Amino acid sequence: MLKYTMQRILLMLMTLLIITCMCFVLVRMLPPVQLPAEDPHTKVILARREAMGYNKPYMVQFGIFLKDVFTRWDWGISDKLYFGQDVAAIFMDKLPATMIVNIYSILLSIPIGIALGIWAALKKNTWIDHTISTLTMVVISVPSFVYAFLIQYFLSYKLGWFPFLMNAGRNYLDWSMFVSMMPPVLSLSFGVIAGFTRTTRAELTEVLTSEFMLLARTKGLTKGQATVRHALKNCMVVVLPMIFGEFIGIMSGSLIIESIFAVPGVGSLYINSINGRDYNMFMLLTVFYTAVGLAAGIVVDISYGFIDPRIRMGSRK
Amino acid sequence: MDSQFERIPQEKFQFVQKDTDLRDKKLETKSRGYFADAMVRFKKNQSSVVAAYILLLLAVFSVVSPIISPYDVREMDKRYVNTPPYVESLAEKGWSIFNGAVVHDSQNEASMDYWNGIALETGHNPLLNVLSKQVKTSKQRGKTVETATYKIQTNKYYEVGIVYMVFSFEDFEKIQQWQTETGFQVIYPYVEPKDIMGITNNPNVWYQVKDEKGTPVKDENGNFIPAYSTSSASEGAPYHSIRIAGDDGSYIYSARKSGAVQCRVEYYNYYKYVNGHAPQYYFGTNEKGQDLFCAIGMGARFSLVFAVVVSVIRFVLGTIYGAIEGYYGGATDLIMERISDILSGIPFIVATTLFQLHLAQKVGTVPSFLFAYIATGWIGMAALVRKQFYRFKGQEYVLASRTLGAGDWRLMFRHIFPNSLGTIITSCAMMIPGVIGSETSLTYLGIVNLSDFVGTSIGELMSLGQRSMTTSPHAMFWPALFFSLLMISFNLFGNGLRDAFNPTTRGED
Repeated sequence: MLKYTMQRILLMLMTLLIITCMCFVLVRMLPPVQLPAEDPHTKVILARREAMGYNKPYMVQFGIFLKDVFTRWDWGISDKLYFGQDVAAIFMDKLPATMIVNIYSILLSIPIGIALGIWAALKKNTWIDHTISTLTMVVISVPSFVYAFLIQYFLSYKLGWFPFLMNAGRNYLDWSMFVSMMPPVLSLSFGVIAGFTRTTRAELTEVLTSEFMLLARTKGLTKGQATVRHALKNCMVVVLPMIFGEFIGIMSGSLIIESIFAVPGVGSLYINSINGRDYNMFMLLTVFYTAVGLAAGIVVDISYGFIDPRIRMGSRK
Repeated sequence: MDSQFERIPQEKFQFVQKDTDLRDKKLETKSRGYFADAMVRFKKNQSSVVAAYILLLLAVFSVVSPIISPYDVREMDKRYVNTPPYVESLAEKGWSIFNGAVVHDSQNEASMDYWNGIALETGHNPLLNVLSKQVKTSKQRGKTVETATYKIQTNKYYEVGIVYMVFSFEDFEKIQQWQTETGFQVIYPYVEPKDIMGITNNPNVWYQVKDEKGTPVKDENGNFIPAYSTSSASEGAPYHSIRIAGDDGSYIYSARKSGAVQCRVEYYNYYKYVNGHAPQYYFGTNEKGQDLFCAIGMGARFSLVFAVVVSVIRFVLGTIYGAIEGYYGGATDLIMERISDILSGIPFIVATTLFQLHLAQKVGTVPSFLFAYIATGWIGMAALVRKQFYRFKGQEYVLASRTLGAGDWRLMFRHIFPNSLGTIITSCAMMIPGVIGSETSLTYLGIVNLSDFVGTSIGELMSLGQRSMTTSPHAMFWPALFFSLLMISFNLFGNGLRDAFNPTTRGED
């Protein structure tokens, strides 16, 4: 098992390196932003570009980049958006906001999603099940910004429960900050709840029809006992990796929700760097998102292997 | 011993039942092909059938609406910005929907006079109804004074009232001709600023006022006192068209303005003159002044066509890649798997952005967008096809076919591939809402800008609508409704297809 894990991690690192190299080369191939000639900053920027190796072959540039990253953790200086500031420092600055919104959303949605899924599976083919399934279907189909709009319009505007945008500032443990964070948390939660409900319901219905459940009832267990002791554990096999995947995904926020509710997080930083052509920031964020995505994949796969020994991938030679 | 079986003489072979009739019972049911079978299962699922009809309706809407709408998607009327929806037949019934109504809060008497002024002059009353009236009593200089504030609904189409416009001499003549022909008053008599306390920025003031804010002076009956100019010295051009009521022939209808003529024009009738019909936006307009009815249709056209094209190309590429991977297996499979692993690790937004930045100048926005979708999307299709190929590769009919001498490609596409056709078609159908969703998200965020190619897109409409959400929610509501319906019905349709083609995965007991 350990060998398999090490293999996957090495593979992931190699994939990350290759993707970083590709993105790096593609970004550096873009023509550099034209600088106004008279600006005193221009000399500084040109000197910095020379140090980053702009006029050398691409692989040399990539080498310089890697050296900077590994020896000094220097991802570059932001050129356009936050002039002169270290890209990594700005990124670390913005990360807590995204993480907190995502953590709240996960804490809210995973229990609700699983509970709804269990309820729907237990009451299969009744009107409860039909309602929950239809709602889940509807919620999954529509992307999150439509909910964002509905929540903003009905809850913030008509009923006035929440403010329109998230509060600025850093005091994350404040009650008013929490209230202002509810709209983005809710918008994010709907999608997650729907996903969990659907998966849990499907898994639990499949487990409930297995033969060991019949055996459990024959032995004399009540329906509740049989479900809790036997069925739930089996259906968690599929659900737990999803939970781990969600936790890893805490760090990558939803770009759209962040831009609607003005959450000062990583997602809006990404959009701004694209529109503002700030390549260093874009590079860092690309590597970050790729790493998060790959890490989520690995964690999900490995946890599948831990939980259900039948599913260990590729371990039989 | 062998020689006994090597050459068996031909006479020993006899047909057993060649001439006798086989008395099997005739088949009582008609034979159904695979797709016909799937269709029957599909029709049993009511929600999928409903979804399919809704999809058809939406597709027809997107094709038809730009045609029947009198506006073009690039037409942006700056004065009818954020107008609510107005459908004449529904508005006349008095149900107070689709009647172009906008709510104005805390209007005092002066504002009510303003609206009244427009009504009296143009004959089009912007005031629809008074929603509520609050009366406050306060003491002013020892006397109790009652001030009333109203909350009213106004018809936004008539709210604009009169605007100042400058015409050349020929245009002025043409407008007069149109006026005389149709009887609609476009040009109203000119009011000199010196007659109305120097107000130059409010063309709706045609009455005498007390102050610069426009508070009217009323005569003993409480009516307005007209302040039209009669000085023919400042008249811009001769006027010989219809005159308003109460004009004794001395009012001037235009003022000279550096080689051209400045008039007070009623925008509603002027619109009729320019466009040939009264302004009527079925779904209203958004912040830019675009007609939503037409714009949603255009955006939907682009989304649907784009999604179908992307699906088809991904299908072709993915199938071939997956077929080669799945059929040959071994080292080929391993290498190709590595490649698709690496390519699938790139987040989609990164890939789209990079393609946009690089290719947008050279080949245009839409081809680079298309390219980004294709380059990242075939991986899922390839994985699916590969899985199916592994499933069917070891079946015996494949072995039989290979024994008979079939080549690789024939085996792949003639024998193995048709078995997975159901799953593949389902995944194609499910890919389309995904593409529409992500394309709308990207245009919503503004990363991809489609306005030069097709005029607008649903994402852009929603993004515009969201800015004016509190004052004119219809601008966000209609695109969002269309988009949600599209996505939900596509997903239901795809689910129905999946259940129809593969009943075993339904999770039934």
